[in-house]
Order: sequence, then C-alpha cells, then structure tokens
Amino acid sequence: MILFFTLSSGLILLLLFGFNYRYSRIMMEKKMEENAQNLAQAKVNSIESLLLAVQKVPENLACFLENGVYNREELRRLLSALVEKNGEIYGAAVAFEPYGFDKKTLHYAPYYYRTGGVIKFTDLGQGAYGYTHGDWYQIPKEINRPDWSEPYYDEGGGNILMATYAVPFYRKVDGQRRFMGIVTADVNLEKLQEVVSSIKVLQTGYGFLISRNGTILTHPAKELIMNETLFGVAEARKDVHLREIGRRMIKGESGLVPFRSLMTEEPCWMYYAPIPTNGWALAVLFPQKEFVADITRVSRMIILLGLVGLLLLSLAVAFIARSITRPLKAMAEATKTIATGNLDIALPPVTSGDEVGRLTESFQTMKESLKTYIAQLTETTASKERIESELKIAHDIQMSILPKLFPPFTDRPEFNIHALIEPAREVGGDFYDFFFVDEDHFCFVIGDVSGKGVPASLFMAVTKTLFKATTTKGMAPGEILTAVNRELGEGNASCMFVTIFCGILDIRTGEVTFANGGHNLPFLVYRHREATMLEANPGLVVGVMEDFVYETDKLRLEPGDAIFLYTDGLTEAMDKAGAFFSEERLAEQLAASKGKPAPQLLADIMAGIASFSQGAPQSDDITMMMIEFRASKK
Amino acid sequence: MNKLLTIVRPATLDNLASLVKSLQNGKRYMRRVFLILCLTLFWGVSPLWAEAVLKKASFLPHWSPQAQFAGYYVAYEKGLYQKQGLALTIIQGGPGQPPIEYLEKKKADFVLTWLTAAIQRSTGGVKLINIGQLIQRSALMLVAKKSSGIASPQDMNGKKVGLWPGDFQIQPKAFFRKHNLRVQVIPQSFSVNLFLRGGVDVASAMWYNEYHTILNAGLDPGELNTFFFPEEGLNFPEDGIYTLAETYRKDPALCRAFVQASLEGWRYAFSHPEEALDIVLKYIARAKIPANRVHQRWMLARMQDLMEPVDKGKPFGILQSADYERVAQTLRESGTLKTTPSYRDFFFR
Repeated sequence: MILFFTLSSGLILLLLFGFNYRYSRIMMEKKMEENAQNLAQAKVNSIESLLLAVQKVPENLACFLENGVYNREELRRLLSALVEKNGEIYGAAVAFEPYGFDKKTLHYAPYYYRTGGVIKFTDLGQGAYGYTHGDWYQIPKEINRPDWSEPYYDEGGGNILMATYAVPFYRKVDGQRRFMGIVTADVNLEKLQEVVSSIKVLQTGYGFLISRNGTILTHPAKELIMNETLFGVAEARKDVHLREIGRRMIKGESGLVPFRSLMTEEPCWMYYAPIPTNGWALAVLFPQKEFVADITRVSRMIILLGLVGLLLLSLAVAFIARSITRPLKAMAEATKTIATGNLDIALPPVTSGDEVGRLTESFQTMKESLKTYIAQLTETTASKERIESELKIAHDIQMSILPKLFPPFTDRPEFNIHALIEPAREVGGDFYDFFFVDEDHFCFVIGDVSGKGVPASLFMAVTKTLFKATTTKGMAPGEILTAVNRELGEGNASCMFVTIFCGILDIRTGEVTFANGGHNLPFLVYRHREATMLEANPGLVVGVMEDFVYETDKLRLEPGDAIFLYTDGLTEAMDKAGAFFSEERLAEQLAASKGKPAPQLLADIMAGIASFSQGAPQSDDITMMMIEFRASKK
Repeated sequence: MNKLLTIVRPATLDNLASLVKSLQNGKRYMRRVFLILCLTLFWGVSPLWAEAVLKKASFLPHWSPQAQFAGYYVAYEKGLYQKQGLALTIIQGGPGQPPIEYLEKKKADFVLTWLTAAIQRSTGGVKLINIGQLIQRSALMLVAKKSSGIASPQDMNGKKVGLWPGDFQIQPKAFFRKHNLRVQVIPQSFSVNLFLRGGVDVASAMWYNEYHTILNAGLDPGELNTFFFPEEGLNFPEDGIYTLAETYRKDPALCRAFVQASLEGWRYAFSHPEEALDIVLKYIARAKIPANRVHQRWMLARMQDLMEPVDKGKPFGILQSADYERVAQTLRESGTLKTTPSYRDFFFR
C-alpha cells in the first residue's frame, strides 16, 4: 500500500518534473536564439563601422588621385597625414602600375604604417616585395572594383596580420580610362580580434570570425588563426554538415545551428551572421552544457527536493497507516475471538476520536448488545423449550383422550369406524369420539373448537368430556347438543365456541339420528351412488347461546353406505397461492377412492391434501372420521 | 645557418646509440656494424673517426617544407641516410633557393627539380643528370568554376587564365597550342584568391596543393571543372632527383645511396602517413610557415598517387624513356630548345 502510494506520488512528481524541464528548455532555447541574434548583430555592427571607416580613406584618396595633380612629396605628405589622422587605419599605400608614376620608376608604392606609436614610411616598390603580384593589388585590378583582401601576414610591409581594402584608380589617357594603380588601407586584425574576443557567452562561449575563404581569423585557440579553414576542420572531422554550415556562412546567410566547438568538440549552439561589407562571417557559440546548466541545476534541486519530500511523505503515510491499522489489527484479533463466542474479551482502548475510534466504540456497543441479546435468547429458548415440552405433554394428553385403537369394536361386524386427526400445532382444537349408548345405539361426534393451541385444546377436552357425560340412553342427538350447549354457555367467560356434529346409528337398521351445531355437513358415501353432501339444518355453533334448542334429523344408511365426517381444516387446507382444498375436491377424492376400506380412504385423502398444499404450512387441525354401515345382524 | 639541418651533431653517446641501433637492422651490414663497434671503442679518443665513416652530402628540395618532400624528411628522421652511409644535410628550400643554381654553384650535391627545368639547363653548359624520377604524372592542372561556363578547352578562348611563371607555363602553352586557343594570360601568384574572387576565369593549380586549397575555401568539387594535362597527351613527369654528371662520375655509390634512402623514406611515409605528417609538420613549424595537417595529409596522399609508376609493376623512381622523349619533343616544338640530350645521357640509375 505504502509502496503503491510512493510509486504513484513519484510518478506524478516525475511527470511534473519532465514537463517543467521540457518547457524551460524550450523557453531558454527561444531566449538564447534571440540573445544570440542580438549579440551577433551588435558585434557585426561594430565590425562594420570599423571597416566602413577604413574604407572611406582609400576611396577618397583614389578620387583625389584620379582628378588631382601631385608630386612625390605632396603624395607622401597626404598619405602620412591620412594614416596619422585615421586611428582605425594601420597603414595606407598608393601602389602605381609599373612606370605609372613616372617614366623612370618601375615600381613606386609609398606606404605609411604605424609601428610602436610612430608613423613609418617604406616604399613597397623597393626590394623583393613585388607588389604587382600581390592579391591586394592584382584582384581589384582584375575585377575593376574595390575589394577587401583575405587577411595575410604582410612580410616586408607592415609585418602584422592585416586585411587590406584596395581601391583601383584610373586616369583618362587619350580618351581611354587606363588603370593607374591601387590605393590601400590596412586594418590591423587585432582590432577585429578585440571586438570578437570581447564576446563572452555564459562561461566558455565565444565568438569567431571567418574570411570569405572560410579561414579562421579570430579564435580563442590561437593555433587555428590563419592556419585552418572551417572546411579543413570539416575534412579533418569528416563532418559534411560542418562543411555545409561553412558554405552557408561564406554565402552571407545567417542562422542557428548545432555545432561542435573547434577546440573542445563540445556540443554548442552556433549563431552565424554575415559581415556585409567584406563578406566575412561572425559566429557566436553557446555551449549546450552551460546553456542547460541552470536548468540542470534547478532540475537536480527539484529531483532532490522531490526525493526528500517523497521520503517524508512515505514516512507520514507509513505512520498514519500504522496508527489506523494497529487498532484495526487488534480489533480484528478481538473479533476473531468474539466470533468463537467469547464476548468477554476486552476491545483495544479508544485512543482517538476519528473513524477508527468510533468504529471501536460501535464494536464495543455491538459486543454489549450481543451479550445481552444472547443472554435473553438463552432465557427465551429455555422458556420456549419448557413450553414446548409442556405442549408436548398436553398433546399427548389430548391424543390420549381420543380413541385411537382401530378398529375399536371387532366384535361388532355391523359397522366399522375409522378416524384420523392431524393437529396443526402440537395441541389442536379438533376432537372426535364414539361410544355405544346401549346395545344397539352407537353415538359418534366430531367437533372443532374456535381458535387453536392450548385454550382450544382445553375447551375441546371440556366439550368432549361434557358430551360423553351428558349422553345417556334414550337421548336424541338434538337433546344432547341442547344440553351440552347449555352447560358450555354458562360461564363461558372466554367466549369460545365449538362446532359439533353428532349422530346416533342404530346398528340394527342403519337409521341415523343426528344434530348439527354449526359444523361442516358430512358426506354420505353410498355404495351404489355418487357421494353427496348431507342436506341438513346447519344449526348454531355450540357455547354461544345457552338457550338454543337443537333439532334432531334422520337418515337411513343401506348396507355398504357410509358417513364421512371432517373438520374445516380439511376443506380449508391451502396451497401456496392461498386456494382452499374445497368441498368439490373432497367430493372428487371420495369418488376416486370409492369402495376402498375406510383406513385406506382416509390415508388417500390425507395424501391428496399433502399433494395439494405442496408443502404450504398446515394452518388448522385436520380431522376425518368415517362410519360404514355393513348389515344388520339377522 | 639555422635553416640548415645537419646530421653531424656533437658526438654524444645518444647519437652513437641511435647510430648503432639503426645499423643493427640489416644483416647485409654486419661487417659494417662490426667495424662501427670497433670504432666505438675509440669514440672517446677521436670523434672525427666516426665522421670519417659517413660521406658528407647536401640536398635541396625545390620548395619550402611540405608533404611534397615527406619522403626525404622521413628518411632523414628515421636514419635511412645514415644507414646508407650518408651524413646528409637538408637545405631548407623556398622561393629564394633556385635548385639548379645551387647545383651549379655546388651549394648542394642533390636537388629536386622539374624535368622540364632540368632538360632546359642540361643543354646550357653545366651537365646535370637525373638519378631518380619520383613524380610520374603531372600534378599541374587548370581549374575553372562551372559558373564561369568553361567546360571544355574551347571555352577558354579569350578568357583570363592565371599562369605561374617559367616552367609552369610550358604545359599550359602547349595545351593552348594544341587547341588553338588565344587566352589572356594573367600572372598568377602563390594564392588562389585571384581565382576565388573572379579575377581570372581559369587558374593554374597543383593537384596536391592549390586544388585542395580551393576545395577548403568552400568550393565543392562538383562546382569546378578540371583540366589534367596527362589526359591531353601532355604528361610531364615533375619532381626528380638531380645531380651534376661530375658528382655522379666521382662517386656513383654515393648517388645510388642517396636515391635508395630517399625511396625508402617515401615508402615508409606512405605506409606510416600520420607519422610522416608529424615529421613534415615539424619541418614546417621550424620554417615558421603556417601548418595545416589536413592539407598536408591531402598532399601526401596525392604524392602517392603521382609517384605510382604509370605502368603498374615497373619499379619506383624510374624516368621512363617515353615520358622523357615526350617532354623533350614538346620543348623542341615550343621553340624553347633546339636540341635536347639523349635519354641515355640524361638518366642514370
């Protein structure tokens, strides 16, 4: 986590740094180009003004020589004065064509030059100098215009490194313009070297000057001066690009190019510009290393600061992360213990008011709540278990008061009876009973107490007991129900009631007398016909109105016929969608199982309900009872 | 006198050691080595004895020090002349030292000069002979800027052509004669600036020197048209070693030893060009002349091209009779000479 954080912070820092570096570099380069241009132009201007000042002198003198009249003395005085008065001139000469000055002198070239603070004179025509083959003489003569010479060591003349501006002069002879000679003015190259060597760029940047031939005229490396041309350097370095730069320079172009120093070969930027007056070119070099030195220094500082910052950040992150994770870790340990059920473990102490602190508090509360809850739950479970066991006992008792031995009367073949009860809860409100009133009369009853559970079950027990106690020989079912109703109605504080259907079968004749106290009407299952629901007075539920009188009805069963009694738990059994099992389905089920023995038939119906309800919880007790009349004893 | 370099230095042990070392190299000289070793025993007694072994001789190249003479400087510096039994003095050449005059006045035993110059002088009294012809091809050439529109000899008609004086004009003039050209000859100085500034349309140049100067003034070869005389049937061998017939008669072994050592010097220079350039530059510096290694390297490479015999396989340093006859005939045709010496009387080897 800390590593990820540090890395992503580092990446952001790096991106910022890269952008900053690039942008500053571009800005610096732009600025440098401007600076270079300005610097070079300024230097070109000062060289130009020097050269132009030098040019004036021979131009004026040539004009005078073409038009004026002069003798040897006058010419020398004039020349001497010109050199003396024009400080930028090193020397000046007037060189005549052979026998051009007079018919007696082959070569005449008076030359004044300054040396050691004084003006000296020499005649270049004397001795082995042979000026007519000199470049400064020959070139302007042949091209018929003034020209700046390539710089040269003037041996025999001024004995210094100089460049000469030479102006041809003419005279009209016989109507023809005839070349008479050359007027020159020399500039000491030291003067130009001073201008160029004053160029200081950054720490080691410098300027240099080249001639029209590419000859290096000024350079910090003295051994290059007059010895090398840019093209020679290009050849030595096998650098075609440098040669191309040189060609552009001597063609009078200007520009900014990458370059390698002539001395150190270090990469530089070079700006070059022409000196229009004489076609030379000036170059200014910016060492790249120094030019980016400031950026590099700043960048290095930024990187250092960034690294320190990153380190501090990482430490802070580590510290904060630890202060969060330590209690969290402790809490994780604690919850692990809690998970095993040990709620008594102490949680780490709350040391801060932040989220972790609040979380710890919440954990503490949760733990306490859990503890209380579990305690309550334990208690509740214990009481529930007690109730459940009591209910179980109640169920057992309830079940034990219902006759459960089938067939109950094996010695009486005239009829058969079978019953089934399926309580919805442990203790239900349904009941059934049957017993002989006398030798030939068999009483049967089915009932359903309102409500469920223990109260219903108690009410059911009361009702059943009451019913059996009330029934005496010779009583019609209506009379029994009326009596039971009166008994139950008295002091029925809980306002419970019960539906009861009871009947008495004369096992000799198959005659059944019955009374209904609001109970579902039983089905008559005939041997030779479709089963039908008994049509009878529904009657009022028992236990509500104590003065109600129940009537007794009659029906007759043929041998093989049967009565099927049930509680509403059967017809109102629900499937998942909430639909009832209904009397119709019961009728179909009875029809389908026709002819089967009673136990089998009841089991089939029970299975039918189970498949109908599809696992939906049983909401009410289901009770069925079937009495089949076989034949009277003859 | 500081311009004279002498091999006869003070007899130091240092000198002796180098002498002995240089002599140990060849088995042929074992006898001489033995002799030298014997002599060294008496070295301390009489330094003059050692000098007596080496024959004194002097040599003048026909121009100031440059790679054109690399072979001789290298032979000297590597002790090749000493090995041949010569105590040689190389006289510094230059514009003020005309070689044939030095030979005639016996200021030098051996000189370098052009074949044309030598043939002309050998008919005028003092008899000089060629004992080794180094440059087999003409390095002299004419150059024009393509921008001036001169692409063929005919284009030169009526143009300004810069020519050097003297023997440098023989070939160009024969060339103009051959093509029936009338040109305006402008005397050319030692610089090429007159040509570069457009003062002349065509300039003379030595292939190993001025042509390279022009290239290194920023003109590309593609911007120039060149005219080489060998292509015009005017191949004049140039630098050759000359001596007086009298000197040769007196001591032919001395002459052969000099030529032998000089040729060895050249071979060494061509196989060790950078070392040769170091030596040449040392001589140039001593003469206080601006030195440019790139230029000297070009010159040395061209010297190798020029010295290669035209017919491959022929030995180095021989004046071919056909070349000789061609030059002699051209000189006669130009009206410079009526008669020329025979090849047998001129070249000795």
